[in-house]
Amino acid sequence: MRVQLTIALSGLLALPAYSAEINLNVQIPQLNVAEYHRPYVAIWVEGADQKALANLAVWYQQKATSEGAGTKWLPDLRQWWRRSGRTLKVPVDGVTGPTRPVGKHALQFTDQHPELGKLPPGEYTLVIEAAREVGGRELLKIPFKWGGTSNGQAQGSAELGTVTLSTRS
Amino acid sequence: MKRSLITAALVAALSLPFAAQAHKAWLQPSQTVLAGNNPWVTVDAAVSNDLFYFNHVPLRTDNLTITAPDGSTVAPQNSATGKYRSVFDVELKQTGTYRIGVVNNYVIGQWEENGQPKRWRGTVAEFATGVPKDAKKLQVSQSVSRVETFVTNGSPSETALKPSGEGLELVPVTHPNDLFAGEAATFRLQIDGKPAAGLDVEIVRGNTRYRNAQDELKVKTDAKGEFSVTWPEAGMYWLEATSEDKKTSVPQAKQRRLGYVATLEVLPQ
Repeated sequence: MRVQLTIALSGLLALPAYSAEINLNVQIPQLNVAEYHRPYVAIWVEGADQKALANLAVWYQQKATSEGAGTKWLPDLRQWWRRSGRTLKVPVDGVTGPTRPVGKHALQFTDQHPELGKLPPGEYTLVIEAAREVGGRELLKIPFKWGGTSNGQAQGSAELGTVTLSTRS
Repeated sequence: MKRSLITAALVAALSLPFAAQAHKAWLQPSQTVLAGNNPWVTVDAAVSNDLFYFNHVPLRTDNLTITAPDGSTVAPQNSATGKYRSVFDVELKQTGTYRIGVVNNYVIGQWEENGQPKRWRGTVAEFATGVPKDAKKLQVSQSVSRVETFVTNGSPSETALKPSGEGLELVPVTHPNDLFAGEAATFRLQIDGKPAAGLDVEIVRGNTRYRNAQDELKVKTDAKGEFSVTWPEAGMYWLEATSEDKKTSVPQAKQRRLGYVATLEVLPQ
């Protein structure tokens, strides 16, 4: 009894007091093009005023080149660059990573995430933007509830496939 | 050949504020929003009929000034002038916003000597020695014109955008490298550091060759010298304003002509 109480208390004391997670499934579609490069992808959370509140993932070419390990092309993710990228010092632990191949990628973000964890519960929008070298650019938005249960889906038409989202607390 | 070309370019650059209907002067950077290790931009400078095509004369870059994000001046590299355009490169070693501008400040004198018309053009400092003291039927005018563009490496900054306080200048309220289609941007025009109220501003999107009309946007500055524009679509835009007054730096000059041109890139949402 006493032990249980301590556990319950420590759970309450840990910040934030709720536990929440976002599960994402991002599809990078197979494209029939002459010259294929994996897309740069940025996934972030924005508030009602379109301000970027938490960067969840940024995938870009990590190979070192004289032009700066692929960072030269980060502004091609135009909205992400504007909302967050240009003031961010990349790489960022747990956020930036290499580009990913065609297929479905399951991602999970919890309140352990440094930026997401600070977000008060409420309504937000998940934004996913993809830009491909000598290809196109696409941006999808899915509204969701942080600190609650919600499901969302968006269908890309070119650079992104199906993106599904579910949250629970 | 070369001399005539340079003269043509100079005349075009000088006549820019007054012959705006005919020719458009501009600086066009290869891109305006950059990142990476020491990115470069290459800039085309021309006076043309269409935007942004090289079909008239090159814009002279003698009075080119590149202001770095920390306010210092950096030199252009690989400069060259061809038949239709001038070109130069800029290495963006610092992060922040660079201002690239050609500022011409000339005095033009016309008089009669032994019944023949004479013409002289030079700087304010050269005026005393360039034009004879006893020149007959002397007519003098001054021209201050500015052709600018902006590029940003990383996050936009403001230091390079500080106005000099001379002539017609654009003071950004919205940052010139933060323009997006469908959004409104606000700028202020000022003359000698004071708000330029009631000035007409003409804004034309590039690619005029592929449409049948200029589709220019016309706006007027308010009492604070400010105007707003909502960008109809993404693209490179050319912005021009002109004015005239009597505030010359040479007592003999009765009239001062002022011109301002900016090339601005608007990105898609």
